[in-house]
Parts: sequence; structure tokens; C-alpha cells
Amino acid sequence: MADFTMDKGADGVAIITWDVKEKSMNVLSLEGWDALDALIDEALGDEAVKGVVITSGKPDSFAGGMDLNVIAKMKEAAGDEPAKGLFDGLMRCHGILRKIERAGMDPKTLKGGKPIATALPGTALGIGLEIPLATHRIFAADNPKAKIGLPEIMVGIFPGMGGTTRVVRKLGAIAAAPILLEGKLNDPKKAKAAGLIDEVVEDPLAAAKAWVLGAKDADLVKPWDAKGYKMPGGAPYHPAGFMNFVGASAMVNGKTKGVYPAAKALLSAVYEGALVPFDIALKIEARWFTSILMNPSSEAMIRSIFINKEALEKGANRPDVPDQKVTKVGVLGAGMMGAGIALVSAQAGIEVVLLDQSKEAAEKGKAYTASYAEKGVKRGKSTPEKAHAMLDRITATDDVADLKGCDLIVEAVFEDIGVKAEITKTVEAVVGPDCIFATNTSTLPITELAKASARPEHFIGIHFFSPVEKMLLVEIIKGEETGDRAVAKSLDFVRQIRKTPIVVNDARFFYANRCIIPYINEGIRMVKEGVAPALVENAAKLVGMPLGPLQLTDETSIDLGVKIAKATKAALGEAYDDASDPVLFWMAEEGRLGRKANAGFYAYDEKGNRQGLWDGLAAQFPPSPEQPSLVEVQHRLLFAQVLEAVRAFEDGVLTDIREGDVGAILGWGFAPWSGGPFSWLDMLGAPYAADRCDALAATFGARFACPNLLREMAGKGATFYGRYGGGAAAEAA
Amino acid sequence: MTDAYIYDAVRSPRGKGRKDGALHEVTAARLSAQMLNALKARNGLEGHAVEDVIWGNVTQVGEQGGCLARTAVLASDLDEAIPGLSINRFCASGLEAVNLAANQVRGGGGHGYIAGGVEMMGRVPMGSDGAAIAVDPSIAMETYFVPQGISADIIATEYGFSRDDADAFAVASQKRAKTAWEEHRFDKSIVTVTDQNGLPILDHDEYMRPGTDMQTLGALNPAFQAMGEVMPGFDAVALMKYPHLEKIHHIHHAGNSSGIVDGAAALLIGDKEFGEANGLAARARIKASAKIGTDPTIMLTGPVPVTEKILAETGMEIGDIDLFEVNEAFSSVVLRFMQAFDVDHAKLNVNGGAIAMGHPLGATGAMILGTLLDEMERADKETGLATLCVASGMGAATVLERV
Repeated sequence: MADFTMDKGADGVAIITWDVKEKSMNVLSLEGWDALDALIDEALGDEAVKGVVITSGKPDSFAGGMDLNVIAKMKEAAGDEPAKGLFDGLMRCHGILRKIERAGMDPKTLKGGKPIATALPGTALGIGLEIPLATHRIFAADNPKAKIGLPEIMVGIFPGMGGTTRVVRKLGAIAAAPILLEGKLNDPKKAKAAGLIDEVVEDPLAAAKAWVLGAKDADLVKPWDAKGYKMPGGAPYHPAGFMNFVGASAMVNGKTKGVYPAAKALLSAVYEGALVPFDIALKIEARWFTSILMNPSSEAMIRSIFINKEALEKGANRPDVPDQKVTKVGVLGAGMMGAGIALVSAQAGIEVVLLDQSKEAAEKGKAYTASYAEKGVKRGKSTPEKAHAMLDRITATDDVADLKGCDLIVEAVFEDIGVKAEITKTVEAVVGPDCIFATNTSTLPITELAKASARPEHFIGIHFFSPVEKMLLVEIIKGEETGDRAVAKSLDFVRQIRKTPIVVNDARFFYANRCIIPYINEGIRMVKEGVAPALVENAAKLVGMPLGPLQLTDETSIDLGVKIAKATKAALGEAYDDASDPVLFWMAEEGRLGRKANAGFYAYDEKGNRQGLWDGLAAQFPPSPEQPSLVEVQHRLLFAQVLEAVRAFEDGVLTDIREGDVGAILGWGFAPWSGGPFSWLDMLGAPYAADRCDALAATFGARFACPNLLREMAGKGATFYGRYGGGAAAEAA
Repeated sequence: MTDAYIYDAVRSPRGKGRKDGALHEVTAARLSAQMLNALKARNGLEGHAVEDVIWGNVTQVGEQGGCLARTAVLASDLDEAIPGLSINRFCASGLEAVNLAANQVRGGGGHGYIAGGVEMMGRVPMGSDGAAIAVDPSIAMETYFVPQGISADIIATEYGFSRDDADAFAVASQKRAKTAWEEHRFDKSIVTVTDQNGLPILDHDEYMRPGTDMQTLGALNPAFQAMGEVMPGFDAVALMKYPHLEKIHHIHHAGNSSGIVDGAAALLIGDKEFGEANGLAARARIKASAKIGTDPTIMLTGPVPVTEKILAETGMEIGDIDLFEVNEAFSSVVLRFMQAFDVDHAKLNVNGGAIAMGHPLGATGAMILGTLLDEMERADKETGLATLCVASGMGAATVLERV
């Protein structure tokens, strides 16, 4: 059935209803465009039709936007000359929207058009707002849960179906900035206050119909189509607009660190569009939008951050066993991690038993949820009733017997094999035989820990990141004997608490820490070599890392770094690379343990605010007069991570590159613009990446040696996504 | 190749570039015309005496638009057969006008030229002509555009100049300018600006604050800190281009940066034949000229590479230059020049500079060249070099040699 249908009423108002049957919220497909176009033609051509209302068949939403799967494949589908295909396609869409906007009026007299209004039952995002923006009046239901806006920038693109051009011309550059550059979403009332929509009413369809029947010629003319239009707030070379535009480039540049092409393109479309008539501005918007769709970064971001993230959340790698939804979880240890796990579980409606050695300690862990809930109520994000119910779901106890009835245990006690073994045995004796036992370890091997379990097939690792309530990724680790049901249970639990899972095999540091530790070490190592610490930190940020390696070390603490270094040295013996130890150990000796000590690689004031790099660092490890190039520093920092990701994939620790990419972005903020380590390597191309490895290895050491898989792919000109994009493991291909 | 010589140099006094500045009532064309008339009168130029008037001017909109050079010729007593060419190389426009004229002469494109420039900064505000490099996101972001004040602070940070260094330099500029005026060192060039009735409007540089000391300057707040650190945050952009720096130190303020003023200057350039035909004696030979592009973000370091270039092209060494004029756009620009070449302040800007007297953008290059020539004659020095930093990352220089 068609996504759009039209019902011509006896009153002369044709109602076009958008209803994509197989989806809970409308998304626009390429066929959808055709259907809409045909109906608009029919309505404009039919003398009996006096006006049109476009609405949705969904009870509480208009549309969620363009189908991201369609956007992701648009370049591929655009033929041999993708840029031309995309541009022509975009111009055709602009043509359809412009037809709606002009509605058959005489372009000179601006008379004789048919009024076209939109009735929004609720949420209208992306193209779901761009279509309404082309109509003559937008009515929205008074639905405070509805979100109205243009979130495209969050996906690595920008509003490219006229949204950019229309919103800027409607509101001016300054008022449009949060909507376009930040993707800010508003509820209907705020959207009206912002000038984005026209009316908030109880029954938008009835109001829209009434308006259509009463609309005059002048009501249909957009400001930019009327004579004497001036951009609100001033065009770029208007004295008022001048500084806004100068400032906007600086702000976007500083914020995006130059690595997100969409923001740049958006701003350019705004600037260039503001200097020309409306129809030419649309053409300019289409050219910049084409450049973004052609940009490998946008493609990779959409693929990892949306399509593959969603696929993983929906169980792409879930074994085929029945639903394992968790009803009662036992959390062992009410420290920071345990308290956080209890919080997110209770938030998801799961009953929680929070166990610690003393009742007092357990209550302290529960208090974490209480204070979180209180903040939520204060900020209007929750209600006292909800907060109360959430807190009531947590039983704080020091009695192991209270764990009876739990179908999942998440152990988060001290990182010590002996301590963990003991509690595993104690708890397994209390809970039922079907209960899955998960350990939240970040450093200890799961297979080793499973030896304490009477039911190793029910034993698994669920590695949370700190702070639990904020971090989006959960790493599920299979021990040698872990069974399918344990995996499914963990995945279903992660889905309940609305996080994104990756499933990896058991090996030192699993996946995330395995990649992040070399990043930190490489940064510290450079300081020792005499690279300016500021260059190390800035180079990381300028390649899209959220924190430089030194700041990250301060956040995670120097003593943890020392502990990991010592443990790794003990495990690896001769093979251990101790290059960063002198810096790390010296810092620890100096008592500069990081943020928690208010002293680390950075200096902090007494309130704990970071001031700047500690000058003692440069005194101990003076920067050399000759500094390396920015790109060299960036390549060292990135290759240190991505080569570890490739090795993890080669070793079978990681079995799906999609997990490798999504996990890297969500787990440690790996350069999101790149789409993740494997996407980045694809962007570089295997031959170039292999050459860079060789060059880095020759200068800086064997840790940059090209992995065999990458070397083999370079020889064949293969790409990771071309070969493994469907989720195949390295050994399977 | 023919040699090009300077036969005369004149300049207006500099008026404060504000509504209460003495020259605020004078149009750009009239001030320009007075400089042209002064050269005509002082040198007895008749008829089609020069090939062209090349006129530097930065903000070429409104009264400074529409080829101000030609307008100025028509507003002056010069013959209408003399055309006019407006040029813009930002702060070096006046010097570039002289260099272009000299190179035309050297290449055989005419015997005589008038070259100079004007800027009425109080009447035609800086930046009012727009600039894609600052406003067009695709260019501004690619070139890491920051305003000049930020660039001057990057120089200070990169090359290690403190607030005290910059302030001390500014105090010296004020002192030197005061002495120069007291000792009538500018008398040879200064043309009193008059009205249509011959009544004087301005006969001295009115921007100067001779009493300036470290204490008065110490009270001033850094001018570019807020735009750098807060809104819109240009420092973040600067650090993208200079990632080895941790932060930008904001040391510049109104007292150690050049002043916003109105003013004009003109020089008479020609070959030997021109002098003979007009019965004029050459004052100096224009030995060489140079221009260069540099990183647009730090923007104002051009005097160093352009000086290296001109020295290499002339086979000279820095020690061969007796006197320097380096435009005082910002203290750090000149401090960097002295640091790079290890030049003694005693040989540089000996009569003060733009920090004390002001920087009428399009005219300054011609002004400092005239000042250099006057001082070479007064102090009996053989060679001099004038150079300026230029917006968008450029530099220009000229070497003079007494004859």
C-alpha cells in the first residue's frame, strides 16, 4: 500500500495522509517522494480541490525523518556518477517541495495558489519537518511529548531538503543556529515560540482544514517570495550579520575541531544561500548536501552510529534462544560500579537486590539512585512518583539469602580472583540453577573466574563502563565454556537497560581496554620522547578524540595506570614494552595520581577544576626544540588503537567489525567522525594504511607492525566493510 | 635595467580616527588631493608630468570606493590626462603603491609616478568592505581565520613576548615620537591639512600620548581576551593551527597596538630622465622591493620572511641595513622582527611608529617610507629598509639607498 493517500472531501479540502504501514513512525523512502509528488499534482490539477492538508495516519507522530537506510545507500544507488545522481535527485525533491510552496500561484502576481497546510499529530523530525516547512501553515497538536526539529547534524549530515534554507530565511541565522547546528528539538509550544511552526491546537487537522478554507492569496506567500524580503538579523555583509557569520565559523570550527564536515557544509550553505535569491539558495544547499553525502565520514557515521548500533541493540549477534528478559537482578558489591548497575536496572523496571558486606554499605549504594532520582525530579525529567517507584525496586541488603529468586547476578566486587571466587560460590549456592552469573570485571579473565563456578556455561562477563548511568556501551565477554543462554540473557538485560552491547571473546583487557591502553601509552611515551604535552593533547582532540591521552590518564588515575603496567609486565615478561613506565611511575612517586588527587598531568585548583598542563611535567621531560608534525602525532595515537582493534579481530576476540566500530565510538569515544577503527582504515584504504604501518614501525617500533590481515587486504585492495560488513568473523571469511 | 628614485615625499598629519578627530570633517578624496597638490607644487609638476597615480587604500567602499585614485586626481590640480589606480594590499597598500610605481619605472613603463595612499578610518570603518576570508565559512574555516589582534597574541605566545615586553616597546614608541616632533624631524614631509579657504585644519599627529608609561599601560585590559577565550572563541581556532601551544596569552591592548587614525601620504617616483626633465634631484634609489605570503592565521609575521627574501635577492645581509622602519601594527610584530634578525632597537623606528602616531591603513606604507628617507638624510645613513605585516598573511618590504 502507498505511503501517502489522498481523500478529497466534499468541502473541497483534500487530505493527504502519510502512513507507512510497516513502521510505527513514518519515514520517507524514495517511493514515498513519488507518491507525494503524484498526489500534489493531482490536487493542484483538480478544480474541485480548493486546498490541501497534509497529515499523518499515526496517532501521535507525523514523521521521524528520512529512512537512514535509504540515505546510507543513496550514494551507492546514484549510479556511475554518484555526485550527479545525488544532486539531480536532491533537486527533484526541492522541485516537489517548491511546488507545494508555490501551490500553483502565478509567480509574478503571487495569486491563484491553493492553500496547503500541515497538521502534525506529534513528532516531526528531519524531512518530517522539512515537508511542513514548505507548506503554508503548520498546525501541531498540543502534545508535550512530541519532538519537533531538524536533528540531521547529529547523524553527520545536515538538513538538506530545504530545511536549512527555509529555517534561516524564516528565523535569521542566529535564531536558526541552535535548530540547525545543534539539532535542538522542541516540544510543539516551544517550536511555536521559536517560530518554527505556526499554531499549537487541540485538533490540528480540523484547524488546518478551517484555515485552508479561509486562506487568502497573501496567506500563501512566503516572506522570501514576497517583494522586499530581508533576512532577519541581517545577511552576511549587513553590518549586523557580519560579526555573526565571522563568529559562527570560529565557533563551529572550535567545537567540531574541524573533523565534522557536515557543520562546515551547513554553515557554507547558509552563508552562500543568504546572498542569493531563494531558488538559487536551494540549489546551493543541494550542492553542499551532495558533498556531504559523498563524504566518506558521513557515510561511516550513519552506518556505525545508527544502522549498526541499532542492529546490535536489536540482537544482531544474539544466539537463537527464547526471550531471556531479566525480572530480578542481584548486584554484588555496592561500590561505584555496583551502585550504578543497580540504578540503571531499577530505572528499567527490573527488581534489584543490592548486596554488600554491611547493610550500611548496601544502603550507601542505594542512596546513589536516590540522589540521581532526586535530581531527575528537580530537573523535571521525572516525577516524585516515578522516582519513588524506582527506589522501591532496590533492596539494599547484607544477607545473601535475599538473592533468592534472582535470574541474573551481576558481580561487581573487588578486582581480586580470590574474592570473586568466594562470592561466586556463596551466591551460586543460594540462587536457582538457571540463574546466570555475570562478573563485571575489567581486567580479570572470564575463563579463569568461571573456574569458581559450578555452572561455567551460565557464567559470563558483563563489562560496564564508568559512570554506568552515562556510558552507552556494555561489553559482554564469553568465557571458554559460556553457553548461548548466558549470552542471550546478557544481551536481553543490556537491551532492557537501553544500552548497546558488543559480544567479545575472552582475552586480556577484552576489546575496549585493549585498544585504549595503547592510546594512553603512546601519548605518555611521546612526552618522554620530548613531544610537547600540549601537542599530544591537541593532536588527539583535533582528530576527534574526546580526551587527550594525558587528560584521560588523569581521569582514570595514574595509580590504575601503574597497576595495569605492573600486571601486564608480570604477564608478558620479556615481551613487555616499558617505554611509558618512567613517566607513569615518576608521576605516581610525585603523588600526582590524577584528578582524584587534584594533581596529575594537569594542575587543578582547590575545587578540582582543571587549570592547564602541570609545568613540572615539562621541567622533568623538556620538550625538544624540534616538534613532530601534527599528522605524525595523530597517526601514532590513532594507529596505536586501530591496529589493536585489527589484532583483536584477527585473534577472534572481536568477531564482528560492526561491534568493533560501534564499541569504539560508544566505549571510549573513538573519533566518531570516522565511523570507528575499521571504518577509518577503509577510509584510508588498506594499501595506504599498510604503508603507514611500515613507516611508523620503522621509526617508532614493532608495535606499529602491520597485522597480517591488513597486509593481505592491502594486496587485494579489499575493504573491511566490503568483506566483513555483514558481521562475518575474520576466520570465517 | 633602469633605476627608480624617490624625488619627494609628503604626508598629512594623522588625525584621531573618531568623530572628534581633527580630520573627521575631511573627505578621503580631498585629503588625497591635498597630497597630490603638495607634490605638484613642491616639484613644479606641469601637465602630463607623471604616468599614473597609484593609490593605496584598504576599505574601498563609499567615499573610498569607485577607484578613489582617479577621483583624487580629478579633485586635485593634476592634469586629467593622469589616470589613477587604487590598490589594496591591506596595511602595506601605501608601500605596495610605491613598489609598483618603482617597478613600472624600472621596467620601462613610464618615467614618473606618484604613489601613496590614504585611509579615513574614522569615516570609513575598517571591515566595512566585508571580507570573504572572515565571513565565508568554507574559507574562514579552511584558513583558520582569526582577527588580527588574536594573531598578534599568537605571535607573542609562540615567540615568548610578555605583556611587559610589549608595553615597554609601546612606551619607547611614544617617547621617540615626542622627541621627533620636538626636534622637527618630520618637518620636511608634513603637509598641513587645510580647508577650501586655506584655513589650517591639522598640522601635527594628534593621536600621540607622550606621557604614556608602564603604569598607565598596565591599567589597560587585554583587548582580545574575551573574543579569544569566550565569545566566539577564536583561541580554539588558533590552537587548531598551533597545536603545540596550550593556550594563547593575550597581551595586546589599545596602548601597545597601532592607533586608528585618518591620514594620507604620497611620494614622487621616477627614473633619472624624469629628474632631469623636471629639474629635480633624486633623494634615494629604490634598491629593491619584495612581497610574500605567509600563514594567514598567525597572519602578521610577514616582515621576517619578506626581509629574508629581499636580502637574498639583493645579496645583502641584515648588518648592511643602517635604519629600519617596521610598522608597529602590534608590539609583538616588531618584537618578533628584532628577535628574528637580532636588530638593535636603536636602529629601528627611531622616530616612533604607529603605536604612538597611528596607522592609517592604506597610507602607512608610504608614510613610513617617507619617514625612513627623512631620517636617513638627517642621520646621514646609506641604506634603509621599510617593511609591514599584512592582513590575511602577507608581508611587503622596500630597501632604499641614498644617492
